[in-house]
Amino acid sequence: MAFMKISSPHATRSGNTGDVMKQVILACLPGLLALSYFFGPGSLMNVMLASATAVACEAAILKLRNRPIGFYLQDYSAVVTGVLLGLALPPYCPWWVVVVGTASAIILAKHLYGGMGYNPFNPAMVGYVILLISFPVEMTQWAAPLPALEEGQSLMSFSGALQQIWLGIPIDGYTGATPLDLFKQNDTLLVNDFYQAESLFATGHFAGAGWEWVNIGFLLGGLYLLWRNIFTWHAPISMLATMFVLSALFYDGGSSNSAGSPLLHLFSGATMLGAFFIATDPVSSAVSTKGRLIYGAGIGALVFLIRAWGNYPDAIAFAVLLMNFAAPFIDYYTLPRTYGHSNSRRATEKSE
Amino acid sequence: MIDYLLTHPFIGALVALVSLALIFGAILGFAAVQFKVEGDPIVDQLDNLLPQTQCGQCSYPGCRPYAEAIANGDAINKCPPGGQATINAIADLLDVEAPTLDEEHGEESEVKTVAYIREDECIGCTKCIQACPMDAILGAAKQMHTVIADECTGCDLCVEPCPVDCIDMLPIETTLGDWHWQPPKLPQQQFENIIATDKQAVEDGAAA
Amino acid sequence: MTKIWSIPGGVHPEENKSQSLQLPLGEISLAEELVYPLNQHIGAPATAIVEVGEQVLAGQKIAEAKGMISASIHASTSGTITAIEDRTLPHPSGMSGECIVLTPDGKDSFAKFETCENYLALDHDQLVAKIREAGITGMGGAGFPTAVKLSPRANNPIDTLIINGTECEPYITADDTLMQTQADDIIKGTQLLAHMLGNPQRVVIGIEDNKPDAIKAVTAAAAGTAIEVVSFPTKYPSGGEKQLIQILTGKEVPSGQLPASIGIVLQNVGTTVAAYEAVRFGKPLIERITTVVGEALQTQRNIKVRLGTPINHVLAEHGFLPKNASRLIMGGPMMGFALENENVPVVKATNCILAPGKKEMAPPAPAQACIRCGMCAEACPASLLPQQMYWYAQAEDYEKLEAHNIKDCIECGACSFVCPSNIPLVQHYRAAKGTMRQQAIEKEKSDRSRLRFEFRQERIAKAEAEKEAKRVTRKKAAEAAKKKIEAQKASGETPAAGNDLVANAIASAKQTQASPEEQQAKLERAVSGAEGRIEKLQQRLSETEADDQKAKLTAQIKQAEVKLQDAKTKLANFSPTANDSNATATNSNTDANDPVAAAIARAQAKMTMAPDEKLRSNLESLNKRLQKAQDKLAAAKADNADTVDALQSGVDKLKEKIATTEKELAQLPTPVAEPPAPETTDAATAAIERAKAKAAAQASMSPEDKLRNQLTAMSTRIEKAQSKLVSAKADNADTVDALQMGLDKMFAKQQTLRDELRQLNPNAPELNDANVKAESDNNSAKNEQESSETPAPVKEPDAATAAIEKAKAKAAAQASMSPEEKLRDQVASLEKRLEKAQQRLSKAEAEDDENIDAFRAGVEKTRSKLEQTRAQLEES
Repeated sequence: MAFMKISSPHATRSGNTGDVMKQVILACLPGLLALSYFFGPGSLMNVMLASATAVACEAAILKLRNRPIGFYLQDYSAVVTGVLLGLALPPYCPWWVVVVGTASAIILAKHLYGGMGYNPFNPAMVGYVILLISFPVEMTQWAAPLPALEEGQSLMSFSGALQQIWLGIPIDGYTGATPLDLFKQNDTLLVNDFYQAESLFATGHFAGAGWEWVNIGFLLGGLYLLWRNIFTWHAPISMLATMFVLSALFYDGGSSNSAGSPLLHLFSGATMLGAFFIATDPVSSAVSTKGRLIYGAGIGALVFLIRAWGNYPDAIAFAVLLMNFAAPFIDYYTLPRTYGHSNSRRATEKSE
Repeated sequence: MIDYLLTHPFIGALVALVSLALIFGAILGFAAVQFKVEGDPIVDQLDNLLPQTQCGQCSYPGCRPYAEAIANGDAINKCPPGGQATINAIADLLDVEAPTLDEEHGEESEVKTVAYIREDECIGCTKCIQACPMDAILGAAKQMHTVIADECTGCDLCVEPCPVDCIDMLPIETTLGDWHWQPPKLPQQQFENIIATDKQAVEDGAAA
Repeated sequence: MTKIWSIPGGVHPEENKSQSLQLPLGEISLAEELVYPLNQHIGAPATAIVEVGEQVLAGQKIAEAKGMISASIHASTSGTITAIEDRTLPHPSGMSGECIVLTPDGKDSFAKFETCENYLALDHDQLVAKIREAGITGMGGAGFPTAVKLSPRANNPIDTLIINGTECEPYITADDTLMQTQADDIIKGTQLLAHMLGNPQRVVIGIEDNKPDAIKAVTAAAAGTAIEVVSFPTKYPSGGEKQLIQILTGKEVPSGQLPASIGIVLQNVGTTVAAYEAVRFGKPLIERITTVVGEALQTQRNIKVRLGTPINHVLAEHGFLPKNASRLIMGGPMMGFALENENVPVVKATNCILAPGKKEMAPPAPAQACIRCGMCAEACPASLLPQQMYWYAQAEDYEKLEAHNIKDCIECGACSFVCPSNIPLVQHYRAAKGTMRQQAIEKEKSDRSRLRFEFRQERIAKAEAEKEAKRVTRKKAAEAAKKKIEAQKASGETPAAGNDLVANAIASAKQTQASPEEQQAKLERAVSGAEGRIEKLQQRLSETEADDQKAKLTAQIKQAEVKLQDAKTKLANFSPTANDSNATATNSNTDANDPVAAAIARAQAKMTMAPDEKLRSNLESLNKRLQKAQDKLAAAKADNADTVDALQSGVDKLKEKIATTEKELAQLPTPVAEPPAPETTDAATAAIERAKAKAAAQASMSPEDKLRNQLTAMSTRIEKAQSKLVSAKADNADTVDALQMGLDKMFAKQQTLRDELRQLNPNAPELNDANVKAESDNNSAKNEQESSETPAPVKEPDAATAAIEKAKAKAAAQASMSPEEKLRDQVASLEKRLEKAQQRLSKAEAEDDENIDAFRAGVEKTRSKLEQTRAQLEES
């Protein structure tokens, strides 16, 4: 009788790409919880809307490309893109912003390049940058966190949120700047005075009310993924370390021109989300461990550069996309040393 | 002199430019001589890519003449023994779009062949010996001839001159020594309803 | 405590080692048939030294190692050799190969083994010979001949001997069992190997820590010896040769080299025991311990099995349920290969037969896209980047694969094992490596081909250069002779001395040599030689019976006839009395033409002669050759005309053409013709040959046909000569006069032919058409001629020849016309022709042309035909 003829190995570890992606989604939960606690249901709605759009776009494109839809949807990569984009968008932004961003991410950044595994850029960040450039007003209105709300105000209700998202009815008093925004605009006060003056900082501990907790949430999620060996520590740790070192170097003790304390940089904005969920995207990052160290450091440096001296208050998306550009270049120079070789090679070197 | 040049800026500029041109020209000339790179001429590179069957199916008398012709602008898709792989390699080298094989010059055969002389029928006419571009046929007048299989490139050129048609082109069979795994199906090839561009790849890739 | 190094990467698959260790080492019954593949090791296949029907004893050698890297094969039981044939091999390809098939007689009687108690007293070579004789190969999986490994090169002193008891693959416990049951033998074997390798400083047995019983047994056995027993943490693939070396010594085997290059030899425990038994007891490798395991089996255990036992027999003994099995694997789950067919034998390297159940090893899930998660890179024990290699393997970018060190991939399967997208990475690498290997071979072959081709080109060029050199020598001789003639002329010996025309002609006839008298003498000698050849030709013609054969010969002869006519003229001109200036000029001119013509004639003669005997034996073959010969002739004719030009305008061109013709000659089946004799003689000889050939052919040809044939051939020649003349004029070459004279002669010849034809068949269409049409062309020819001060009529016949073609074309056109139209057309053209013919006649009369009678007859004929046609037209 004839048996199956397949190449070894015959044993494989259980688990597949879908499982990996599900772990990533699970790891987003602490951050999402923090967001919802401090900013209301906006982010949750963003995440749900973005995920749904992502899956719908993915399915439509797969159908167009004549691929088996069910099989490819099982890898959950579209959901991850949707979730990450939803987390990155400001809460209560209009629904069409979410839809446009997610559709761009899935269609332009992912499938136009060949789909899963072939995209040179992180789809969620491409979607985010497209929105940031196209709709700067919508994209820069962030909600005010719970501790910074005025007396008598409570978090936005579900119905209010729905109204604002779907009907575009703005509700006064709920929008505010992000800590990084505020910090950027400050050029008169010493940092300490500034912290006192702004309620966002006054009600928080070190990096803005709510924001520090959101970042701690994402940090927890990231540590979980590290523990589960979903990705290696190289890129995120290298990125955070670089940011810490740079911000420490340029923190001049708190003058009005200060670029902000290391704590502010590490725990404000999308730092932790970027470090553990964006910079670790394996598809668009460098491949070797050495390469990932450089890749992460590059992101960290760029984030700090843009935050300190650039036009945008936060810069995770730009930094990640710029380093995506650089990833093949990094790969070229960072092949690991293979067993039996005295030196590592360049990626184009011929045999010795 | 300098005063004169200063008072006549046009001439001064002219002098400056000419002397600069001379200086740089000298530097460039020196560099060209001193650091001359003995580059692999394009014909050699092309010749290296061609399969060296010397079969003449390209209508040139051998691979090198065809390499020279390509270097002079002839089409790169005239080599059936090399097939698409060779065309792609040449296209890569010349940085042009890879065309498909020009069927006019013959079809790419799946299997490599080697000439075999049915020795009982050979009359020893030496015609095949003269036709063989590789000197891969041994024999003398009125003596039986035989093919050195290792040197035969399967070019076919000996088949036609044989007056008694005793030369066969036999496919080279895979042996244990040269067998190797075929690549597995690509992810998108595992399903039947795939788009046309991918189908091509399926046909190329052997079943695993 | 020995220092343990760690290896990068590695995975921890489920060990699954306990299943097969529940039962003690077992034995199974003899199979009905044992199969021994001749190539069950790395290297050259062994050569069978038994014959079908031969009785053999267990342990008797049945196949001899062939070459250095090879291993002998021994019968594993007594019985009869029943076949030596192709059987399916235990190989991933599932291909067949030569196997010796043994049918046991059930007695299991052993050959007498040569024991050796004091083996440590033997020297290295004797021990290696014993091991080689016993056919020992590596038993861990690859099957490299052990004797070779134990003979490291003298420049690689061995300082470490490692005995591999790692057995890192899941499921397999064969080595574990061996270590538990034969620990003493392992130690003795290790000492033996150490002795053979010159007692290296370090002798170490490495065992993974998941085999505590084996470690205990071996440690106990090794007590009191210098042998270290080292255990280290379990991790796949620690048992790989390179990995184990790294773990135990911290050294890496340089890429592309053997461990011996860093002073290390590594042997499997099974091999060690086999080597010991071979030396101590003279026992060849005829059985081994194999793990039989998997959920599709009812019994899972280790067995001692005779080599050659078919797997299906082994499986049957263990209650194999094929419907439960997901696949059948020889070797372990990580590196073993799937068998398509259970009808293959256990061989020396078979350490495991794995029959996993359907749940145990589900069919592979469809591969998803690579997300470059990098888990494979973390698992890779060789620190490769599998995800990148997968990318390039898909793109068939072999240069990049090479840059990514794909050659250092040990195909351990760790990357595929961890891949969350279930990509069969190892298969991609294997395919890519195979293709790369093949490409390297092809590259090497094509380089060799290029060299051979270039060498051949060089050789041909050299041969031609040699011929060329000979020709130049001859030419110099000819020029010397010519100078002599001129000197003679200057002294007034030649009546025509001082005549410009002659001087020109002689200048052009560079190969003319000797006095006309000498030439004639040579000519006569050549005639006698040619007669002999002609006889042969005739004889062959008469012998040849097949019609097509005759047709070919006839056709060939026809060609010769054209030349014959030429030669006749020449002969006529060559009477010593006809040595006036005109004749000499013509003669020289014709001679100049002749090297090629002569060559062709010779070629023709040779062609008809050489394949003589074979032609008789094989008519078909002759036909093909003749066909070829005709083609070549046609080509040579073209060359002939060119040669005229070349000769007249420059010596170089002539050389080239003659070389070409010579080359063609050289390629003919018979030995290359001797260098052409002095041209005049040769030409004459050829002419005579042609004359004879014509005579021989007369039986099969009507005179009219012959003439017609001659006419056509002549006109082609004239046409060519004419074009040369025109170009010569254009170049204002000093050879114009000579050319003109040659043409003149040709025209005369043609006219004679035409007259002859007319006599035979006054209505011959070519004749009429040609004659009349020729005149119209003649007009234009005249115009051309005016500038060249050459008598106009000279051009006439040539134009006529061209007209033949036109007339033929016209005839073809007529065939498609209505009868009336045709007739009318004919009348019109006849009228024209008549007119022209009359013009010509009058001109001929005026110039007192020798062809005047012919012209007159032509006019008459045309007139009568015109009348006839008119009558026909009226009737219709």
